[in-house]
Amino acid sequence: MDLAFTKEDLAFRDEVRAFVEAELPADVRDKVAKGKHLERDDYMRWQQALGRRGWLVYTWPKKHGGPGWTVTQRYIFENVCADMNAPGIIPFGSKMVGPVIYTFGTDEQKATYLPGIRESKVWWCQGYSEPGSGSDLASLRTRAVRDGDHYVVNGSKTWNTMGHWADWIFCLVRTDPDSKPQEGISFLLIDMKTPGITVKPIIMADGGHEVNEVFFDDVRVPVANLVGKEGEGWTCAKFLLANERLGIAAVPQSKRGVDAVKKIARAENDNGRPLIEDASFREKIADLEIQVTALEYTELRALSAMAAGGAPGPEVSFLKIRGSEIQQRITELALEAVGYYAMPYQPALLWHGANEEPIGPEHAHTAAPRYFNVRKTSIYGGSNEIQKNVISKMVLGL
Amino acid sequence: MDLSYSDEQKQIKEGVERFVREQYAFETRRKIAATDRGWSPENWAKFAELGWLGMSFSEDDGGFGGGAVETSIIMEAFGSGLVLEPYLPTVVMGGGLLAAGGTAAQKEALLAPMIAGEKQFAAAYVEKQARYNLADVAVTAKKSGAGWTISGHKGVVYNAASADTIFVTARTAGGQRDEKGVTVFAVDAKAKGVSRRDYPTQDALRASEVTFADVAVGADAVVGEVDGGLALFEGVVDRAIVAMCAEAVGCMDALNKATLEYIKTRKQFGVPIGKFQVLQHRMVDCFTNAQEARSMTLMATLKIDDPDAATRKKAASGAKVQIGKSGRFVGQSAVQMHGGMGVTDELSVSHYFKRLTMIETMFGNQQHHLSRYAGLSMAA
Repeated sequence: MDLAFTKEDLAFRDEVRAFVEAELPADVRDKVAKGKHLERDDYMRWQQALGRRGWLVYTWPKKHGGPGWTVTQRYIFENVCADMNAPGIIPFGSKMVGPVIYTFGTDEQKATYLPGIRESKVWWCQGYSEPGSGSDLASLRTRAVRDGDHYVVNGSKTWNTMGHWADWIFCLVRTDPDSKPQEGISFLLIDMKTPGITVKPIIMADGGHEVNEVFFDDVRVPVANLVGKEGEGWTCAKFLLANERLGIAAVPQSKRGVDAVKKIARAENDNGRPLIEDASFREKIADLEIQVTALEYTELRALSAMAAGGAPGPEVSFLKIRGSEIQQRITELALEAVGYYAMPYQPALLWHGANEEPIGPEHAHTAAPRYFNVRKTSIYGGSNEIQKNVISKMVLGL
Repeated sequence: MDLSYSDEQKQIKEGVERFVREQYAFETRRKIAATDRGWSPENWAKFAELGWLGMSFSEDDGGFGGGAVETSIIMEAFGSGLVLEPYLPTVVMGGGLLAAGGTAAQKEALLAPMIAGEKQFAAAYVEKQARYNLADVAVTAKKSGAGWTISGHKGVVYNAASADTIFVTARTAGGQRDEKGVTVFAVDAKAKGVSRRDYPTQDALRASEVTFADVAVGADAVVGEVDGGLALFEGVVDRAIVAMCAEAVGCMDALNKATLEYIKTRKQFGVPIGKFQVLQHRMVDCFTNAQEARSMTLMATLKIDDPDAATRKKAASGAKVQIGKSGRFVGQSAVQMHGGMGVTDELSVSHYFKRLTMIETMFGNQQHHLSRYAGLSMAA
């Protein structure tokens, strides 16, 4: 066991830094630093640069085109990227459907889909949740009925993140309505250009558009797009959700978030002194920083166990719970730090990159929208209540 | 001891609640919020007609002789419907300043038409460097002949765009954070040298950045005493805090009602989610929080006119801390228990949550009022 980086690790860190310095577009870096919303093209330019270097799918094994990094290297990569204000990698292709395809897919499917994911040429989105299903994923009702070489899909999906930018969607569909809820579900890959698909925006509390409802009206999907066996999609779903929970802790982002709060507290005044000199506010930041450290070392323990050959177990639910709570706490403190200038609502500054002068200090105008928006983290990916059920049942045996 | 409402107060309560129920449905509110003005002149005229604008002013001032209790009754009902009309800046703050410090002439010129629904007000007191310290005033008013010349910038001035008169705090003597040397002026919103940048706020209200560039006012623009405006202004802010706490109680009750209804009907894993103990306990905590908020608001409503300034300040700060704490818990819990729908613009839930969040910040957050309370409590 060793906490210190080796000489090789340090050289790797310099290599990643040099890469980010050279390849991350300055305008994208600036948007991330200021907490603004990114466009499809912003993500694509960065992800394609990573793809050219073979680093986009950094969690994949070598035989599927991953770089074959150690756990330490992944950790270094994620931290350097977050420190240097790189956008988060959109997980739908690289961390979700990609691993499902190389684990459960046919050779033909691997050859067809994996290159587009590795190079970020194809934008994927997720079709899991349905109106009325929420965290009870197995209650899904979207039907896929076999008709010769095709499935005919009817139904709708919701909380579809960035689906308005997507080329393909991976879906859980019900192929056998008469079996038990978790059986009779299949995993389908669907081209978003297929006739019969409609994407409708859902506007969030902060006024932004990032999620959608997706409607399927007699959508014909080739049977060749089925991943795994018909009726065994739940296996793929469980595999994918375990992977999703691991990344969801967002430790590097939270570290950056704590730094951002400190920066705001240095700039804000309270009775003629910087807010950061206020004892009670300092303690709140310190408490948060300790929480992030506890989360970080919990995640490192999980990664280390995985490196030793273990699969991510149910205890990673803990990472999702605490990771989301910490993200929320960061936004609470940022909101507290900016005071009255949290109040102006300035959507143009968030989404269109307008040239408008911000009202109040520039660090203030994203505070409230972020606070409102980040309430979602304890809800999505299986609500925190559900994660606690998982731990109590699977880990504690209650 | 009798903590129940009088028959007259019950009538007012029923009247305001009926207005909110029948004429302030969420979709109606959405339409009002989308107008340029951000509030409805028809509603404002109705408020005047029903006597709500003059309810809490003495009969000598042209009002109906009520007080803080009546203000709380009205504000609580407004909170339950997220009413957008500028009652707080106009009636509670502007009207409050005139009632507490205005001359007979000022009351006649400003307060009487306000009660009649013909004039609206704004209060300009926020300065970027000042955070919540009302004494930290960099805007200056310099003697100029018989009158004054006001210069400087005020931020987040609610209702400035609709106001006929803006009440502004300015430094007439002393150093930037001295308690003595602050004066309150009534400035015509259209006076030469007053410029605004208007914007909507996170909770769909309207505010402005207001710049005063050598704005000339007469000696009669001073509200209260020259150099003695801070105590006057603080008193009005404390009353506004209590009024806003009542609004927050209305918000919390409406949210709890919506959440309870939702968890009773929304099914998951084959049963209503309200059958899950973790949600039952959270819902119970929401109710407990709303009860505590209501109790502290009641306490503050009854103590806010106490002649002892320390008693008044403690009451306002204590209620504000509780409202911040309860409002955050109830708001966050309502969103969480509504799941994804709770973070969308479509349901009213996120809008109540946003208003409660802004209320937590307005006039000083939990930390600020906890410190103020601690100072007063430990000094005694």
